[in-house]
Amino acid sequence: MNSAAAASTRPMRTRTVVQPGWVRVTHWVNALAAILMVLSGWRIYNASPIFAFRFPSSITLGGWLGGALQWHFAAMWLLAVNGLVYLLLNILTGRVRQRFWPLSPRQFIADFTAALRGHLSHDDLAHYNAVQKAAYVGATVLLVLLVLSGLVIWKSVQFPLLRELMGGFDSARVVHFLAMSGLVVFFVVHVTMVALVPKTLWAMIRGR
Amino acid sequence: MNTNRSGTQLTSRDRHELLKEAGRLLPAPARRLFLRRGVTVGGLAMLTGCSVTDSKSAESVLMSISRLNDRVQAWLFDPSRLAPTYPESMITRPFPFNAFYGIEDAPSVEAAGFRLRVGGLVRQSQSWTLEQLAALPQQEQVTRHICVEGWSAIGKWGGVSFAHFLNLVGADLSAKYVGFNCADNYFNSIDMPTALHPQTILALTYDGRTLPRQYGFPMKLRMPTKLGYKNPKHILEIFVTNNYPGGYWEDQGYNWFGGS
Repeated sequence: MNSAAAASTRPMRTRTVVQPGWVRVTHWVNALAAILMVLSGWRIYNASPIFAFRFPSSITLGGWLGGALQWHFAAMWLLAVNGLVYLLLNILTGRVRQRFWPLSPRQFIADFTAALRGHLSHDDLAHYNAVQKAAYVGATVLLVLLVLSGLVIWKSVQFPLLRELMGGFDSARVVHFLAMSGLVVFFVVHVTMVALVPKTLWAMIRGR
Repeated sequence: MNTNRSGTQLTSRDRHELLKEAGRLLPAPARRLFLRRGVTVGGLAMLTGCSVTDSKSAESVLMSISRLNDRVQAWLFDPSRLAPTYPESMITRPFPFNAFYGIEDAPSVEAAGFRLRVGGLVRQSQSWTLEQLAALPQQEQVTRHICVEGWSAIGKWGGVSFAHFLNLVGADLSAKYVGFNCADNYFNSIDMPTALHPQTILALTYDGRTLPRQYGFPMKLRMPTKLGYKNPKHILEIFVTNNYPGGYWEDQGYNWFGGS
């Protein structure tokens, strides 16, 4: 897009919705649900750690194992139902193709290098660069993996196929933990990037 | 994996015993207060303004969602789906002791003169001696015990098919609950479909020997389709009822169905 065209479309641009209402709603519901799930999950993890550390109790949710389980198994509905709505609407509205397609490894490397050099611009918030695409798709995949491994931990007898896919009950706990760790890394990077480009926050609140 | 697990299990068991110690010292209302305080401190400042910050109502909302989860689990439960079984070589040794008290406080029940009481909605509310129970057809299973805390261990239990036993005593199989009272003052209840599951057994043996004191002598209800705290040990009385009997941990907030 040349600068003249950009200038002529400018008044239009301010009225263009970058993030439609359903994206904003599902984004924030997901953020709340994921935070509740992670904080209560840390408390549950502490009851029988897989690795040689525990999370400080003060940053966990639930007060004790039973309370944490109640939070976890309540917030799971919010996370799962909201996640399904998000995925369905993404497919039905064609947003998944518009925003996340194509995603090539070459473009990812090019954009990642540019980002590291500080050369990646965010002029058009409706256009995701390849790093963003990979990050958002990656976070979605992690959430799906968290739900599936969580189903195995919750109902290992009732979901035999999923259980075998996860390598059994004990491995499902490891998968669940690693996917959580990946999501927390995403969260930290995501919030850092938003702090660097604050207008993306307004787009996710007001839509433009 | 095995050495790794036994390594972490030791710490988890230490912690478990600490937790149980605390559980024993704190009466239930105090623990509930702890939950309430945990909810407030636990970083829910983000919900300020919502009625959810009122911890009392948060607690009751969470409890009713837990009741909803009971119904969802009852719906998901497939009465013919079996829990996986394992070769004996995979049995966890030693199998972890686990209770709301330390191993030295596990109750000693006298075998001589022991009578299992059976009551409620049954045609024959007679009591049973251990010899009578041992004379019934026995079955064995090597299954995974999954603790609500997250650890799991494989063990081998033997005993009487619980469905067979319920039929023998003429239990009302359309009743909602089967309840248990135990020698360690533990009490518990389960849904009828799980009681009738083919892998639910009234276990009298562990690893081919009479059920030892630490694993629940004289008998334990073994259900590989439910979490550990749903498997009562040291059972003295079994009753069939339509009135929700609750349970030791369930009354404090653990999910009642507790199925896996």
